Amino acid sequence: MALFKLSINNRAYSADVAEDTPLLWVLRDNLGLVGTKYGCGIAQCGACTVHLDGKAVRSCVLPVSSVGKAKVTTIEGLSEKGDHPVQKAWDEVDVAQCGYCQAGQIMTAAALLKEKPKPTDEEIVAGMSGNICRCGTYHRIREAVKVAATKTN
Amino acid sequence: MKIAAAAGGGLFLGFNWSDSTAAPVVVDAKHIAAGSVKFNSYLSIGTDNIITIVSPNPEIGQGIKTAFPMVVAEELDADWKLVKTVQGNLDSTQFERQVTGGSGAVPHSWERLRKAGATARYLLIEAAAAKWAVPASEITTADNKLIHKASGKSATYGEFAEAAGKLTAPTEVKLKDEKTFKLIGQSVRNVDNKNIATGKPLFGLDFYREGMLFAIIQRPKAFGLKLKSVDSAAAKAMPGIVDVVTFENSVAVVGKSTWQCKKAREALKIEYEKAADLESSEDHNRIFSNLMDNGQATVRRKNGDVDAAFKSAAKVIKAEYQCPFLPHSPLEPMNFFAHVREDGVELVGPTQTPDRARTEVAKITGFAPEKITVEITRQGGGFGRRLSADFVMEAAHVSKLVKAPVKVIWTREDDMTGGTYRPAVKYRFEAALDKNGELIGYKLRGVGINAGNPTREDNFPSGSVDNLLIDSVEHKSPITTGPWRAPITNFLAYAEQSFIDEVAEAAGKDPIEFRLALLEKAKKSPAGDVKYDVDRMIAVIKLAAEKSNWGKKKGVYQGFSVYFSHRSYVAQVGEVAMEKGKPMLKNIVAAVDCGIVINKSGSLQQVRGGVVDGVGHAMFGNMTFKGGTPDQSNFNGFRLIRMNEIPEVDVHFVDNGISPTGLGEPALPPAGGAVANAFYKATKQRLRNQPFINEEAFKGLS
Repeated sequence: MALFKLSINNRAYSADVAEDTPLLWVLRDNLGLVGTKYGCGIAQCGACTVHLDGKAVRSCVLPVSSVGKAKVTTIEGLSEKGDHPVQKAWDEVDVAQCGYCQAGQIMTAAALLKEKPKPTDEEIVAGMSGNICRCGTYHRIREAVKVAATKTN
Repeated sequence: MKIAAAAGGGLFLGFNWSDSTAAPVVVDAKHIAAGSVKFNSYLSIGTDNIITIVSPNPEIGQGIKTAFPMVVAEELDADWKLVKTVQGNLDSTQFERQVTGGSGAVPHSWERLRKAGATARYLLIEAAAAKWAVPASEITTADNKLIHKASGKSATYGEFAEAAGKLTAPTEVKLKDEKTFKLIGQSVRNVDNKNIATGKPLFGLDFYREGMLFAIIQRPKAFGLKLKSVDSAAAKAMPGIVDVVTFENSVAVVGKSTWQCKKAREALKIEYEKAADLESSEDHNRIFSNLMDNGQATVRRKNGDVDAAFKSAAKVIKAEYQCPFLPHSPLEPMNFFAHVREDGVELVGPTQTPDRARTEVAKITGFAPEKITVEITRQGGGFGRRLSADFVMEAAHVSKLVKAPVKVIWTREDDMTGGTYRPAVKYRFEAALDKNGELIGYKLRGVGINAGNPTREDNFPSGSVDNLLIDSVEHKSPITTGPWRAPITNFLAYAEQSFIDEVAEAAGKDPIEFRLALLEKAKKSPAGDVKYDVDRMIAVIKLAAEKSNWGKKKGVYQGFSVYFSHRSYVAQVGEVAMEKGKPMLKNIVAAVDCGIVINKSGSLQQVRGGVVDGVGHAMFGNMTFKGGTPDQSNFNGFRLIRMNEIPEVDVHFVDNGISPTGLGEPALPPAGGAVANAFYKATKQRLRNQPFINEEAFKGLS
């Protein structure tokens, strides 16, 4: 066990955990940030996606010891009022069925749009195909990313 | 119940769910707050003009938490912006059929929900009529408002909520003419969109309680093994571990965090012994072949003289289709919270059958069901997996043993290898055609592994063929199975619709014309009982043909499929295009008759999602076994469909004014057949086994 100081959603947190504990479980079990979801634990489904210094990463395979001073953003901190263009687009397009994967989808989409504010259809599909939606809301995820792209800038 | 305290004063409507004909009663808010009235309402109107509607059925992504309140709000002329929805907890004295399964919630509750809304509206009008001294018939309602045009008087529902609450509810109330619906049929967004998009704790896995322990369980690694001995010393010595307990064939590692429990589980030394055959997929293939020819069959339906028909046939078509086991793979793995106290049990988590969860936990703990509460969380998918209560029972076992509140968490590997799969089935179809290409005989034998009856003997084409025999053979296996979204029909529909395509081709007829002719025959001179609505089936077939421009579209190969399941009818046309010499699934046109569409947005997605689910599992889904152990344990081995693999899905609803007949499952069954038949048109190769990706015809394609 060791004490890790983390910067999450622009707040300072600390957690006394084993160094190999994935960031996902520190967020969920130690810090009460349960918006980031567990889906597979092996970086196959994307439900656990968070931002590390603005880049999308899979928190289920990211040991807390490797986070260091990087700034972590979770779905809870994507925007203060839940009004990030991607979050708004997700509501407007009415994407969610069960909703479980959507935090990861939204975080992936937000990172994609940060990198490519006006993605082509192919770039959206390539950027989002790492995230599984078991309900099959892919058509709407694709549409919502397009809608969000019109809201950004 | 939470809503009583939140609303303070106003109109509360109580309904007796166990007797749909009983009159609703108005319940005094004060008595509810004091706990002296058994509050069985799912509708309240506060003096603050906020309408609160309880949705008693578990929400697993089918949209019930949005659709149920819409029906109440429609009859009430509510302003949707002022409606709050609350998930009801298990209360079998108040609610009926608190189950998510069989696409049955909306058909079951449609009348009840409408009556609830209409009754509340009636009472508000009566209260206003008395106060304003005007005839009730002159008062109109809209958007949470009461209006008397002649006098210019108007008020909000909130202003009359208390007065309405003092009246007696009528036994009969007039429902709206369905043609005047304003909210029903519109697109209403999921009521939990904001919470989902901001990461609020909604799901079972998100439930935390002060002092709660975590448990990760080691179950036998193969179906057919039982526990022999456990050495848990090393696991117990690991950081954060509170205890290791054993029950039945399971060993639970209990500790202070998920990760610590997961790591400590790896340190368990467990010996197992054989309790039953350790089956492999090769065994299953052999069992299928053997039972197909030599099994003791149970006759499911028989019409006419099949032997005579086949003897006199000008042409006989025979084909076999096979489908593998499938895990459900809801993205939220199984989990449940239990606190077995000295005076009762608290259960919290994702379950499609809260009542079953309680019944099973009552058996384990010895408490009467009244001493057990079940709080239903939002659920990260279900697909039938959460109809079982095994994971709830585990939580109760562990909590009872460690005398603490416990949340049992399944890892993805646990979830995929832990059983209760879609059963594997093999079908043999035989068809007899006379010299005119008329279908005079039809045989279907289904051999299932823990499938129960793997046929749906009264579905089409039954009723349209004079000489018909449908039977089945069962193999009992240690591999556990259970309902999987659209049970049985999720693979039977594909096999049957592909076979009918083969028969139509052999008869030299267009696949759609061939089916329509059979349906006309079922109508004019039915062979035995016809237990589906022939006209509704014909209507979706014709709509799909029209919308897909069947047979006339250039550049694509079209395949047809139609199925009746869970009271609804769906026809689909799959469209495959050849791109660089490879067949690519481009589009699926779906024509759907689920009766009145309540929420256009939710329903459209339910169909698209059902098609994606059906296509994805038909293409890629495969679970195989070696020595009783699943070969696939996570999404790296078990392939789920992704965004880059989906076809477009073009959805059309039949507008026939029939009361809703359910939509959670019916779009899935026809998908596999639409794909297989379109693929055949493009390549002249039949896909007779799932997953398609493993078929010879697909080798080297993708």
